[in-house]
Order: sequence, then structure tokens, then C-alpha cells
Amino acid sequence: MLLRHTTAKEIDRKALTINPAKTCQPIGAMYAALGLHGCLPHSHGSQGCCSYHRSALSRHFREPVMAGTSSFSEGSSVFGGQANLIQAIDTMFTVYSPEVIAIHTTCLSETIGDDMTAIIAKAEEDGYIPDGKKVIYCNTPSYVGTHVTGYSNMVASFVKSFATATPKKRNVINLVAGWMEPSDMVEIKRLTKVMEARTIMFPDMSGVLDAPLDGHYKMYPKGGTTIADMTLTGDSKFTLGLGQTCTEDACIKLENKCKVKFEMLDIPIGFKATDRFLMSLSRHANVPIPEELSDERGQLIDLIADSSKYLYGKRVALWGDPDTLLPLTEFLVSMDMKPVYIVTGTASKMYDERMKEILKDIPEAKFMSGERADMFRMHQWIKQEGVDLLIGNTYGKYISRDENTPFIRFGFPIADRPGHNYFAKTGYNGAANLVKQIMDAFLDHMDRTCLEEKVEFQL
Amino acid sequence: MANTLIEDLKMEQFKEEVLKAYPKKVAKKRAKSIVVNDPDAIPVIQANVRTIPGIITQRGCTYAGCKGVVLGPTRDIVNITHGPIGCGFYSWLTRRNQTRTENDQQENFIPYCFSTDMQDSNIVFGGEEKLKQAIREAYELFQPKGIAIFSTCPVGLIGDDVHRVARHMVEEIGADKINIFGFSCEGYRGVSQSAGHHIANNGLYKHLIGRNDNPTRKYKYAVNILGEYNIGGDAFALEALFEKIQVDIIATMSGNSTLEQFETAHTADFSLVMCHRSINYVAEMLETAFGIPWAKANFIGAEATAKTLRKVGQYFGDQELIDRIEAVIAEEMAEVTAVVEKAKLKTNGKTAMLFVGGSRAHHYQELFSELGMESLTAGYEFGHRDDYEGRRVIPTIQIDADSRNIEEITVYPDATRYNPRKTEEELAALKEAFDIEFNEYKGMMTEMKKGTLVIDDLSHLEMEKLIEIYKPDVFCAGIKEKYVVQKMGIPLKQLHNYDNGGPYAGFEGAINFYKDIEMMACSTIFKQMKAPWEREEVLEAEYVFN
Repeated sequence: MLLRHTTAKEIDRKALTINPAKTCQPIGAMYAALGLHGCLPHSHGSQGCCSYHRSALSRHFREPVMAGTSSFSEGSSVFGGQANLIQAIDTMFTVYSPEVIAIHTTCLSETIGDDMTAIIAKAEEDGYIPDGKKVIYCNTPSYVGTHVTGYSNMVASFVKSFATATPKKRNVINLVAGWMEPSDMVEIKRLTKVMEARTIMFPDMSGVLDAPLDGHYKMYPKGGTTIADMTLTGDSKFTLGLGQTCTEDACIKLENKCKVKFEMLDIPIGFKATDRFLMSLSRHANVPIPEELSDERGQLIDLIADSSKYLYGKRVALWGDPDTLLPLTEFLVSMDMKPVYIVTGTASKMYDERMKEILKDIPEAKFMSGERADMFRMHQWIKQEGVDLLIGNTYGKYISRDENTPFIRFGFPIADRPGHNYFAKTGYNGAANLVKQIMDAFLDHMDRTCLEEKVEFQL
Repeated sequence: MANTLIEDLKMEQFKEEVLKAYPKKVAKKRAKSIVVNDPDAIPVIQANVRTIPGIITQRGCTYAGCKGVVLGPTRDIVNITHGPIGCGFYSWLTRRNQTRTENDQQENFIPYCFSTDMQDSNIVFGGEEKLKQAIREAYELFQPKGIAIFSTCPVGLIGDDVHRVARHMVEEIGADKINIFGFSCEGYRGVSQSAGHHIANNGLYKHLIGRNDNPTRKYKYAVNILGEYNIGGDAFALEALFEKIQVDIIATMSGNSTLEQFETAHTADFSLVMCHRSINYVAEMLETAFGIPWAKANFIGAEATAKTLRKVGQYFGDQELIDRIEAVIAEEMAEVTAVVEKAKLKTNGKTAMLFVGGSRAHHYQELFSELGMESLTAGYEFGHRDDYEGRRVIPTIQIDADSRNIEEITVYPDATRYNPRKTEEELAALKEAFDIEFNEYKGMMTEMKKGTLVIDDLSHLEMEKLIEIYKPDVFCAGIKEKYVVQKMGIPLKQLHNYDNGGPYAGFEGAINFYKDIEMMACSTIFKQMKAPWEREEVLEAEYVFN
């Protein structure tokens, strides 16, 4: 047994987190910054933070992830990180010529109270920021919130730093992308194209963390929201925030700064969330939903109907982030499955309320969010009464093996399988991809473990 | 032929070219860390100094070196990270230090991540109470024999005393039941992971080594293998090898290890040091306090493995053991030779670059040389000058502020258990007869060819330039570099995690490595980077150019 010390007996933990379903703010900020074209993320803290984040993101995407670090020493921890950051800005602009440096802080620089505005102003004053180049920042103390908070903070800083309202409004819808895969963004953009809606997506990791292998390394790949587009978001007529915990802050800031109204939506995972996304986009962009998309929806429903015998009533355990767990859980419920255990390390009142509503007809369902809502606890619940399927990041494989339970990978990080940045889970096609993965997991498991005489040739 | 190759490359020009791209002050500093090697007159290299902010480094932090590298691989300690959630999360199962228990009843906490998950209130009001409570809960749930506490950056800043908490909790739970110890391994200490290794070494000595005088022994002779972390099963391969030659391994530090191994390490008769950088402090302390001599060992490469095994035979001077070792070498070398000869058809004459770790960049050159491949340039991520130039330079290394703040513990011979395993005369005789150097490491540069480049703490820019100019056939580094290099069409072999391969240690490991590098040399996918219609353009362009 891999997790041999996990037993069904829960104790009332008040301090110890075991096998977390979250990580810290800065990695979210780094990920978000990669969705800005020509941007070099920078971690203002110890070297280890930057190294860990780059490694985790590289393992997940199997793509280069570049970022600078202020390389704090004990001296900078005592006297402040100004000298380090100014030198870092100089070095990065001179050597790596980014358009933008997007700085995020760490628990170290936050605890000592480095004033980022003042330090960046000093760098500017001393001539270390070349003309036309930008240095933006957000505060991401690791002891507040989670990786999701860091993502949200960086996206909000894009708005704060670039969005500008001019008298000329444009018939464009902003799509603020929550934490999802580049593939998910590609699919959402495809849907908007099919609808013939004009949109600006930010951040946009497609073309960045799914770059082709062509013999040339590009530090700043083709993709990412350009600064020009980011600036124009202030002139768009409406904003759709996809995933409340990741994007609401940016949406509010954009409304306050440029008077662009917004609506909060889920990341379009599953048919209901995709329905809502398309209808909202249709309404605000004033474009119809073409038959092509109705057909895609119909194909998905067809696939689910064909599979329903295997899906009905199946107990599922999930872990991940609020913005993906909400639509994913809703999707499972809409396929008559039973999401019974759900944990996320990211706490939010909105999440708890909505999850309660989604699970209202599944009285046996347990969910928990925030501190100590961890995978150890979820595994303890599984020990109390098992499930048929696990959905979550790679850390689930240990539970899956111990409990002999089918497992599909979803979320961050997926360190042990390729391709998630290429194959979407959003939109109707993405939902179909998910249904196929669920079915493959069930059926492969059944085919391997059932009695010989029960092996079926057909579905 | 190979020698000419390196001279033809004129690698000294690299330095000039790359330094041009840096701001002046940065160039001045980097210049000292880029040297052209001459094994006969080893040049001074700048190492173990602060990384230039913003340069894009491979390096990590002290916490990573302490918790991740040295203590991480021990399976029966509950390792609690005291800090915000990230540090614990990123060091959770991300190093491939495998472990194997004899049965499901034995403890194995490696697949778990334990953290105090500090929140802002803990930063403001202090986190000691939360840490105490976390230890109570860990004990209630798991009853481990040992709990280790690892400090992250904010812990040092707010003044939480993890050592005091450890003492308090030992008292509360009972010293007969548990050993609890803390590490002040905040990420900002030192200039790289290396500081963390040192802090971990000190902790091993202070809290674990020497607590148990009754090791489990089967054979007449016993060694420690220090600085071997069982990545990809390296330690398993060595355990099997030592079983064959019938020598006990008392402690492996720390691959596939247990608390008991640390506690009994002082009963071994000889310490073999694999990764000099990360464990030389313990090797020295075992020598000074208990009289166990150490020698540099290398199990990376079949020849190197044979040489190290012979060293063990010569050290104990027992003809039966020597015969057993020779028999094992002869038996293993048969397959090694067959595989390497096949691989060499594909690898001979190819080139490699290695930038990794504190010993691996040295050790793996052996394997490449067995494959007929030339190592053009190499460097460490967190090495010190002694790892490059040899321990002879230690007295001349300037202690700077970043090293001074890492505790140096002074060790004295143990009052009752100090027992020199060999007399000075015996050691001198072994050196004379077999050239075994005790308490010595000659560094990487003595074994690299004249004209090769040695670069410490390689930056992203330098890496890109190296590849652009010299186009190696294989580049060795870690995950952060992997996909950058591969986008350039050069296969990268990860020498931290072996790309889920391994073991690479011992004879078995050498065979795996030959096959993996042969596979990389034969992989055709990098020839498909251009679409057919793009290839025609290229041909046309070349035609015009010619």
C-alpha cells in the first residue's frame, strides 16, 4: 500500500495539513503572467520559489517555463529586496528583452514588507526600464489564499496596468479566462469564432504552453494576450468572467476603471455550463448561436445517452479548484452520477453555497473547502465508504492504486500524463472528451477485473 | 581524434561572446565562473557565490537541499514543513527517491505531504503553537518514531524557534517514544541548495547519528554509502551489488533509508562518498568522532563501479572478499560489454554537455566516455570550488557572509566509541599500494580534458548560446531546462530524475544508461521538426547560400 497510514478514523485536525488540495499564490501568478504575450514572470523572493514553480509548471505542461528570481540572501531578507529587484529588472531587460516583466511577491518579500510600487518607481527613475517596456506587479503572499488567489491577483494586475477606456467603444466581448489548460482556451476561442463574436481573451496561454517543436526555442512564443489587446479591453462593451475565484477581481477592476460591465460565468465544463456560456455570449455580443453548435451539443447528449447505463449512480470523489469543481460537479450530476466527496484547499463562501445547491439531491455527498480540506481527509472518507471513480490531479494515482479505483486526471498538476494541454475539456467537444475518458476508465477497469465469463465484446 | 575535436571548437571564444550580452557588472562577475579547463594546471573557478538576480538560474533554495534532497528519502520520518503550503507541496513526491519496505506493516511516509499551512494570523502572531498542535496531530494519527520539522522563509523572519518546539514536544510525548528535531533551513540562507545540505548534515549528526550501537549485520565487513539518494532505484542497484559481494551497508544517506540506518551509521568500518557536495560534512564528522575513514566513490559507470568495489576489497584487505569482488565484476562486465558495444555503434564520437547538481555533472562523464562520447562542457548547479578543483583548495576558499551564517559544528572524538578503523600507517600503506585517497576528492576538473569549458551556475542565456554554437548531441540538466533544449531539437537527459528511467548506478545502472542514450541518439523524431513543404524551402535556402 502506498498510503498505508491512511485509515477511516478521522480526528479533529486543527493544525496539520496532509496531502493538500492546493498550493501557494505565487505559482498562480506565474502561470497567469505566461498568458501575456512577451512577458517574463519574475518571482520576488528566494530562488527556491521560482525554481519550484518553474519545475511544477514545466512538469505539468511539458513546455519551457521561464521566469526570473530576485535570489534573496539573508542580507536582503534583513535589509529589504530593493537592490535585488532593481538588479533583476536591469539584468532581465538587458539580457532577455521582454516586453513586460510581471513581478509577483512571495511570503518572504511580503513578510519583510517590500514596497513594490516604490521599488519599481526607483527602477524607472534610475533608468533601468527601457522606453516602451513595462514592469507590472501583484502581491501574492503565500500565507493568504491559494494558487487560485495568485492567479486572480495577477489577472487583476493586467487590468490595473493596461486596460484603458477611450471614448471609442468597440463591439468586443472580453473573456477573462480562469485557471484552465491552453487547450481549454483554444476550444473556447473556437466556439466564439463559430459564433462570429469578436472577443479578447486574457490571459491566454494558448500558443505559449502548447508551442510546436520546430527546432527553434522562442523565449516569447507566438501566443498570449498582446499588450495592445489588453489595453483595448477597456473599450470593450462587456466582460464575461469564466470562473469566479480566478476572474471576479479582474472583472470588478475593469468595471471600476473603464466602466465595462461584466457577468460571472463558470468555466464552460459540461453541457450546462457551456449552454450558459454560449447564451450569455450570444446575448452580449448580439450574435445567434449557429446550428453547428446545436449539433455539437446534440452529439454530446447522444454520447452520454449511449453511456448512461455505466454512468448512472456512480459515486465519484473529486479534488481541485472551485472554478473547475463547480461546473465539473454539475456536469457529473447532470449525467446522473453521484459526486459524493469533494475537497478543495481554496475556501470561498460562494463556492460553498453553490456546491450545496448543485448537490442538493445527493444527501450522502460531503464537501469541504479551505484549510485541511485535503486529500488525506478525502481518502479517509473513501476508506469509510468507497467510490467508483476519482477525478483530480496526479496525486490521486496513489489513492487509485491503493483502493483499486478508476481514476481520470483533471486539474493541476498532471505530472504523469501528456496531452492535457492539447485536448480540451471545455465546450461540448471537451465534455465529450471527458465522457470518453470516464467511460474508458470504467470499462478498462471492468474488463481487467471482472470474471472471465463476464468479459463483454460489446458496450 | 577526440582531443582535436575539443581544440577545434575553440571553446575559449564562448566566454567572450556570451559576456557581451550582459550588463557590465554582471559580465564581470560571470567571467569568473566560466573557465577553460586545463587538467595540468587547474584554473580557479568562482563557485558557491550568490546568483545574479534576474539572470535565470537553475538553482533552488536551502529548504530544497535540506528537506527535498537529504532528509526526503528516509521513509519512516514524518517530515513536517513549517510554513505556508507551497514549499511542502512542491517537495511532495517530486524527487524520485524510491523506497521499499519489506512489508505493508513497515512505515513509509514518503507518499505523504505534511505541512502546518501557515496563514496570515500565524505570520502576525507566530506559528509555534500551530506547529506544536500539528506535531500532536501527526503523533496521534501515525505514532512515528521520528518527526522532523523544516523551516521555510517566513519562519526565520517571524522568529519561530523550531528547535525549541521540537524539544518541548519530545518532552510532551516522551523521549522514549519519539525523536523530534528541527532544521533552520529557510530558503534565503546560503546561495543555493548547498546550504541546505550542510544544515541537514549538521542535523543528522546532532540528532540521529550514534543513537543506536546495535546495527543489523549479516557479514563481516560493513560500509556506509553516503550521498546516494536512490533516484530511480540507484540505491536498490547498489544494495543488490553489496549483497553479492557480501558486505553490509549500514547506512545509505539517504536513499531507501530508515532512522535506524542513521542511528547506527557510526558502527560501519568505511564510508564511501558518492555525492561529495551534499554529504561530505557527515563523512568528515564520522571520521573525526568515530574514526571511520572515508573515500570518494563513484558507482556511475561500469568501470567506475568496478574501481570502487575494488577499493572496498583493498580497504578490508581480505583475499576472499577480493576474490568475490573480482568474480562479481567479471560476471557483470560480460553483459555490460555486450550492451555498451552495441550502443557505441550509435553513440561513438557524439558529444554531451552536463549541467547539474553537485557531483552528477562529474560522475556522468564516466558513462559518456564509456559510450565513446565526449563531454564538451560541464558545470554544477550548486557545487563549491572543491567539487571543481579538488579539496586541496578548501583552505584557500574565502568564507563569505552567505557561508558564515550556516552553522559549522565542531566535532570531537567520541569519549567511548572513537575507534580508528585503520592506523595512519595502514592508511598510508593503502594509498601507497592502491592509490586510495582517504578524506580526499580531486574534483571534476582533473578528469576533464584540456580545452573543455567549465561553467558554474549556468544561466539560461549561457545554455542557449552553448547549444547554438556547439550543437551537442545530448544535453544533460533538469526539468526546467528540458523542454527549452528540446525545442531547439536537442534531446535532453534529466540527471535529477532520469526522465523516469534508472537505476543508473552500478553495472545494472550503466546498462540502463547505455540503452537510454542509445535510444536518444537513435530517436528519429527530431528529424521531423520541419514539415515537408518547409524542408524544401530549407534546401533552396542552402542552395542559394552555398
